[in-house]
Amino acid sequence: MTQAVFAPWDDPSQKPIIRFNRVTKRFGEFTAIDDLTLDIFEQEFFALLGPSGCGKTTMMRMLAGFETPTDGTIELAGQDIAPVPPNKRAVNMMFQSYALFPHLSVYENIAFGLRRGDMPKHDIDDRVAEMLKLTRLEKFARRKPHQISGGQRQRVALARSLAKAPKLLLLDEPLGALDAKLRQATQFELMDIQEKTGTTFVIVTHDQEEAMTVASRVAVMDEGRVIQVATPERIYEAPNSVYVADFIGDVNIIEGTAKASGEGRFDVVWDADKEPFTAASELPLSDGQTCHLAIRPEKVTISAERPADAVNAVEGKVLDIAYLGNLSTYHVELPGGQIIKAQTANTRRVSRRGFTWEDPVWISWTATAAVLLEQ
Amino acid sequence: MQRFALIAVPYVWLLALFLVPFIIVFKISLSDIALSIPPYTPTLEDGFGPFFAALDFENFAFLASDDLYWRAYASSLRIAAISTFLTLLVGYPIAYAMARAPEEWRPTLMMLVILPFWTSFLIRVYAWMGILSQEGFLNQFLLWTGIISDPLMILNTNTAVYIGIIYTYVPFMILPIFSALDRLDGSLIEAAEDLGCSRLQAFWLVTIPLSKNGIIAGSFLVFIPALGEFVIPSLLGGSGTLMIGKVLWEEFFNNRDWPVASAVAVILLLILIIPIILFQRNQQRQAEEEA
Repeated sequence: MTQAVFAPWDDPSQKPIIRFNRVTKRFGEFTAIDDLTLDIFEQEFFALLGPSGCGKTTMMRMLAGFETPTDGTIELAGQDIAPVPPNKRAVNMMFQSYALFPHLSVYENIAFGLRRGDMPKHDIDDRVAEMLKLTRLEKFARRKPHQISGGQRQRVALARSLAKAPKLLLLDEPLGALDAKLRQATQFELMDIQEKTGTTFVIVTHDQEEAMTVASRVAVMDEGRVIQVATPERIYEAPNSVYVADFIGDVNIIEGTAKASGEGRFDVVWDADKEPFTAASELPLSDGQTCHLAIRPEKVTISAERPADAVNAVEGKVLDIAYLGNLSTYHVELPGGQIIKAQTANTRRVSRRGFTWEDPVWISWTATAAVLLEQ
Repeated sequence: MQRFALIAVPYVWLLALFLVPFIIVFKISLSDIALSIPPYTPTLEDGFGPFFAALDFENFAFLASDDLYWRAYASSLRIAAISTFLTLLVGYPIAYAMARAPEEWRPTLMMLVILPFWTSFLIRVYAWMGILSQEGFLNQFLLWTGIISDPLMILNTNTAVYIGIIYTYVPFMILPIFSALDRLDGSLIEAAEDLGCSRLQAFWLVTIPLSKNGIIAGSFLVFIPALGEFVIPSLLGGSGTLMIGKVLWEEFFNNRDWPVASAVAVILLLILIIPIILFQRNQQRQAEEEA
């Protein structure tokens, strides 16, 4: 039995719910968003990921209506939303600070948006009750925001922004104020609620792990530009640039020059005296072109002897060991001074660890483990 | 012992500068007028027994019987209430504009609000006489523009009193409201708009309720001194302006009737105790909310 995969972005007949069309936003001299084009589809959980100042919050504020693009158009369900003020948009936002009204109870906070329409009183009551149930806040309806915990406030903010059943929900660093444990639990809760309500979510975050966990697709941004838009797996396994590879997770980057060595295979010369590394790639690289090899530490094998069947293997010595509990990361120094990180799962107790500081070791990886990048 | 001394300081202060003078005033209000120095009787020189025997509530009974005093209290309350409301109407937009102004402007704007205090209050009130009188700047300006053909009678009316009170006390209204608005998180307004409020609704449903404590504090800070105000009604007000501060002054200095004047002061204090207690409770609640 095959289950239909949710991937509207691969289906050309699907119309996006949001379309950024060559959008530029300048604040005086500063360009926050630079000629950006992006489609987001219905029921997606879309993450905007990037360091602070990359323009992700500006994008969200443009969607909410608090900023207007300097150039280009933003379409919501096929309509240009530039002239629509924030209070007339079928878009709701969950603020980073939650922005709960301190003078209103939890109940009144959630009902706030509903009361602005002409919804009958008992319908408002029903809707608020439904939201309280969804976010498990029934017991706190009468409390004021300062009388509940941070995690509960976060859920009130979510319930309030979902109450009007928006076409699009914007979440600005929604979990930023929560501690690590609560964050993880809440990430799954968010996904659950997104699935239940079928609302399109756009989340802004600088936490790559959070983006990877919750999102159906991630847009990695830098300096007002989208560098790559793809599913979390592809962002991690097939980054399109050193920037993305480096931003998401841990990575070893080896610079070298490419030389075609067969169908979809390249030799990467990284040190004139050493044998080149072999990597599989579809990139149309010309001979002698500068390129980068990106290898995730967990795809690097560490061993005492040179593995017989290894395509890429190089000798070095253990410089440092970072013990993370479930994992250990070995920092291996190559003769040229370059440091390669290799990660192994600690399936045995640490006392039985095979290598220690200053040990000579071999590190190796397969031809497909490394990703070849042009820039 | 040291701790006790430290705690005692504010109590000694209150005792010496509030309670003792009040007891003296209260005692005088129970005395009778006399042609002597001091102009009342009895004094402690008469001995303890006769001293206490001579004290009575006669002056209070007199205040109750003469409707001048009732009307003066009522009129003071009305003028203080109306001018507090008008001060709020003037002060709120100023405080709002200050809170919305760019960060680097705020110290300057704050300075401009406080600046008039650097000049003597009396001189500023005299300046208003120069502005509001029939030959004053305002009338001359209005005549020059042709809006009016005869000078307006503003000085020596209640209007001039309102203008004077608003002008004098507006900083006391602005500062607490500004501090409330300054703390207001801008994202709350955005959240209100995001949830379907127009700008005006967001102001009414979020900004006003969240600056409520500032409004209450400012209103009391204006109402309490305005109620007993003497200089403004006597300089800017006319013969028709009836305010208790003015009555008090006349009893003391024109009639030299210290006992009645003291009785007027005691009643004024009793009237003020209610708003002062309400003000204290508002401040306390605000402090608790912030904690």
